Amino acid sequence: MIVLTDVHKRFGANPVLRGVNLTVPKGESMVIIGGSGTGKSICLKCILGLVTPDHGTITVDGKQTQNTNRAQFLARFGMLFQGGALFDSLPVWQNVAFRLLRGPLKRPKAEARAIAIEKLRRVGLSGDVADHLPSELSGGMQKRVGLARAIAANPDIIFFDEPTTGLDPIMAGVINDLIREIVVDLGVTAITITHDMTSVRAIADRVAMLHDGVIQWTGPVGDMENSGDPYLTQFIHGRADGPISAIR
Amino acid sequence: MNPLAAVGRAALGGLAAIGRVALFAGETASHLVRPPFYWREFGQALQSVGYFSLPVIGLTALFTGGALALQIFAGGGRFGAEAVVPQIVAIGMVRELGPVLVGLMIAARVTSSIAAEIATMKVTEQIDALVTLSTHPMKYLTLPRVLAGLITVPLLVGLGDIIGIMGGYLVGTGPLGFNKAVYLTNTIDFLEFGDIASSLIKGAVFGVIATLMGCYFGMGSARGAQGVGHATKASVEAAAVLILAANFALTSVFF
Repeated sequence: MIVLTDVHKRFGANPVLRGVNLTVPKGESMVIIGGSGTGKSICLKCILGLVTPDHGTITVDGKQTQNTNRAQFLARFGMLFQGGALFDSLPVWQNVAFRLLRGPLKRPKAEARAIAIEKLRRVGLSGDVADHLPSELSGGMQKRVGLARAIAANPDIIFFDEPTTGLDPIMAGVINDLIREIVVDLGVTAITITHDMTSVRAIADRVAMLHDGVIQWTGPVGDMENSGDPYLTQFIHGRADGPISAIR
Repeated sequence: MNPLAAVGRAALGGLAAIGRVALFAGETASHLVRPPFYWREFGQALQSVGYFSLPVIGLTALFTGGALALQIFAGGGRFGAEAVVPQIVAIGMVRELGPVLVGLMIAARVTSSIAAEIATMKVTEQIDALVTLSTHPMKYLTLPRVLAGLITVPLLVGLGDIIGIMGGYLVGTGPLGFNKAVYLTNTIDFLEFGDIASSLIKGAVFGVIATLMGCYFGMGSARGAQGVGHATKASVEAAAVLILAANFALTSVFF
């Protein structure tokens, strides 16, 4: 279970997070929605320790994230970055098997390659792409490689940052289905950040809306349509009129 | 505006920058004694910093040695000292021009490349990805490159010194008409161990400066294409100025 309690983060004069409280139960898929620049990615980065919160606590399975062994802590996570964040200089299979080729999870090279190819197949890519460089792949294929990398070391927790941004609707649907499949099959705890309401409905068990630095609404995905929350209603229907200012 | 306040702000800014670079260098060095060490990345850095710099270093040294021989012959001729061409080419290349030119060429070629690569990795979230994959970016990106600079740049300087002297030899024994055996004897007899040692030490220091600046500005890059461009430009400027300043300091020590 991941618990954020009263998390604040400010960049210069700009307070991005103003007291975020959020609980993600173990094995559930939480989707965080909210406008651009509302601090959704910062929430994920705070949990991972890529950004240090100014105030508040973050616990994973009851342990404060700042007091844990970093390597062991991060070994539990997988992350799909918005742009893929694949390493340009490494072939696809080495991107996927990155963790398995070095550090505490190191395996023999042949075994790491076999696992990488199996994970590539898991996300619908053939073993033929294993020796390609990331720049030789399309955007959708790069997302899938990123997804394969995120699940390569069988993590307990996976974060997906804007998994369908920049993809055509069909490819976005493929990625959404893959994420849902992976979350259900592996039984992982997942947090996804997205603006895409189709993704929300496909991926989420629960939804949290971040607005103005706080969680404005949270609840099961099925309650989203009839929440009665004016912010959430405006956001999910994409209306220009409402309590959320169009000009931010 | 108070001019004293402006001077104070600039001085404090300069000191803060020195402090940040010193902390960055210290953190890089600390990873040397903390496993794991990424041998593969180190091997690639040796290749890119050292091996692939050979052509540009060789050509730079060759032309500089040749030009130096012509200049010394012309200048020495004004007071009847044309015969000192082999000795001055040798000492000029080994003690000064070899290390400085190699250092500046490495700043142009390697520092810029490291800064642009790491800055691009930063803006495309590859550095964040490294962290989430339990890999320390300083250990994976910075340490192998700085160590490669420390090891390969003195070797490049040594090679540059030899090729520069060869350039002087070709010009001296060709158009300037020196006897080949005498030219070589004068060159070898005139050089001392201290000259060569100072050249190689300068190379090691310049190698660390060039690679460290590339990594420092790359890691500190701002977002976007402009951030990458600025990091690349600033890294080369800083490396070139620091190499020239370190050259003066080391020359004062070895003088």
